[in-house]
Amino acid sequence: MWEYTDKVREHFLNPRNVGEIENADAIGEVGSLACGDALKLYLKIDADDRIVDAKFQTFGCASAIASSSALTEMLKGKTIAEAEKITNKDIAEFLGGLPQQKMHCSVMGQEALEVAIKNWRGEAVDQHEHEGELVCKCFGVTDELILHTIRENNLTTVEEVTNFTKAGGGCGDCIPAIQVLLDQALGKVAACEVPEAKPKALTNVQRMQLVVKTLEEEIRPSLQKDGGDIELVDIDGHTVKVALRGMCTSCPSSQLTLKGFVETTLREYVEPEISVVEVNS
Amino acid sequence: MRTVYLDNNATTQIDPAVLEAMMPFLTEFYGNPSSMHRFGGQVGKYLVEARERVAASIGARPEEILFTACGTESDNTAIWSALNSQQDKRHIITTRVEHPAVLNLVQHLEKRGYEATYLGVDSKGQLDLDELREAIRKDTALVSIMYANNETGVVFPMEEIAAIVKERGVQLHTDAVQVVGKLPIDVSRLPVDFLALSGHKLHAPKGIGALYVRKGTPFRPFMRGGHQERGRRAGTENAASIVALGKACELATVNMAEERTRVKALRDRLEAGLLAAVPDSIVNGDVENRLPNTSSIAFKYVEGEAILLLMDGHGICASSGSACTSGSLEPSHVLRAMGVPFTYAHGSIRFSLSRFNTDADVDLVLKEVPPIINRLREISPFREGLEPKGEKLACGCK
Repeated sequence: MWEYTDKVREHFLNPRNVGEIENADAIGEVGSLACGDALKLYLKIDADDRIVDAKFQTFGCASAIASSSALTEMLKGKTIAEAEKITNKDIAEFLGGLPQQKMHCSVMGQEALEVAIKNWRGEAVDQHEHEGELVCKCFGVTDELILHTIRENNLTTVEEVTNFTKAGGGCGDCIPAIQVLLDQALGKVAACEVPEAKPKALTNVQRMQLVVKTLEEEIRPSLQKDGGDIELVDIDGHTVKVALRGMCTSCPSSQLTLKGFVETTLREYVEPEISVVEVNS
Repeated sequence: MRTVYLDNNATTQIDPAVLEAMMPFLTEFYGNPSSMHRFGGQVGKYLVEARERVAASIGARPEEILFTACGTESDNTAIWSALNSQQDKRHIITTRVEHPAVLNLVQHLEKRGYEATYLGVDSKGQLDLDELREAIRKDTALVSIMYANNETGVVFPMEEIAAIVKERGVQLHTDAVQVVGKLPIDVSRLPVDFLALSGHKLHAPKGIGALYVRKGTPFRPFMRGGHQERGRRAGTENAASIVALGKACELATVNMAEERTRVKALRDRLEAGLLAAVPDSIVNGDVENRLPNTSSIAFKYVEGEAILLLMDGHGICASSGSACTSGSLEPSHVLRAMGVPFTYAHGSIRFSLSRFNTDADVDLVLKEVPPIINRLREISPFREGLEPKGEKLACGCK
């Protein structure tokens, strides 16, 4: 169960300003049924650019409803210039905080506000579409929104980006792209260009000891259960020379056993460069 | 406030008789059954009795029962064993609607070089058995198909599945944690090689499970260490919980008729009442072939977590196939595999009953839930006539 603050619970159970404003001066609509949350924000704005009324309709979880309610409360009485300064952090703070995984609800509030203000100014806003290039196809999140959210909230990990924008929370195909955007925002070299630190190579003695241990503990017991056995003949660099014994010698799939099991196991437990060959002995 | 517990596919109340049976092994009979002294050794005979009870509940022989810590361990043990005993075979068949205990392991195995085929389901959540037939290959090591789905309660035709799989000589595992105690299982007639069950789904405590391993099936241990469970599962026996599982299985057999009549009737009344009271609501899955205790109902235009929290305010406990409750962001993989539209999938609630539920429980749900859905729909920008033009998304996600 999510740890919601009392204020989140209060705004969820008794949301303020629910509904539509007839002849609203501004409407901001973001999200979709497919994404799992959507917010439609209505504003009534007077001749002095002051928001005299704000209402909302939200499809979503408790924190989405609470964030929408909080936003409308924060907006009423503010001028557009003041409203423009409201960020998702302000919405979360108003509610006494949101669980990290739910921060995207506050971002949705900020997005809806931005769209509503554009709508009021007469700027074209295609419903459900935002500026920038689509990065997360599952949740329709663009690079512009990701970069903006990273900078606004000082995000440093992909997980945080997912919590705040939902990007990467579906099939996960866009995670590398999010990492690139993160690196770009943080002024780092792209992760793929950073050379991976190589693990320290084993000494000959270490390799020999590990091969013997793995053969004894992991490989031989399995082969013996099927009436077979294996014997270590020699180790030459990364080449492990073995002889199959018992049922393994007559087994039609002995080569599969050698490569599919013995070699795979040794590569997993000892070193990925290990190669196993069968020798007569 | 009274608690109405309708989340029995998640976990169940410990039956008072089960608790009574296990208590002595948490107090005076605390010896280690592997000890040489009589104080510890005496525990062993109760483990024998428990094994017999578990075996009897599914038509198995006692020596075919392996005690584990949970259903997940049972599933993992079966899959690892099947692969390790057939190292020349690198292919696994499973379904897209399995529990994560199977699904996540198979995905992990794919990263280790195994190939996997994930069978799809239709809109009722049922498999296409021809797809299964075609998927079996010479190098298929294992078919792992759940007996009944934990979210929708849809029961797969395990006898037909077993006939297809065994005709091709392939090992078959079934995750039956939702079925044991609810529907009769007789492995002496049902040719599965492995069958997993879990104690806390049938009124035993959490932390105890069992795996049926058909006699003659090659077996490789998942946990290595001491000689417990005849060397097949190391670790000091969880004696109290094993005794509890034995008692729970015995009781489940006795109470199965009630599960299939009274509990089913309660479920049906709850379901019919909600469908009648809430427009734009549907039942997810095959209603003909379903566990008697489970109903997954989808309420259009609302979101599951919000429903659950408002129900919680009235003491009603259930589960959601909604993304927001689970920490993931997409709706349940089971509902998506069935092609349940997003308009419904996000608002799906699973009600799962047990023999401890009463008419009064159903009455409370029928009284409280319809106004909750109406209230959330009043907040929602979507409703009949205000539907979005097409469901954006779905985007080719896996």
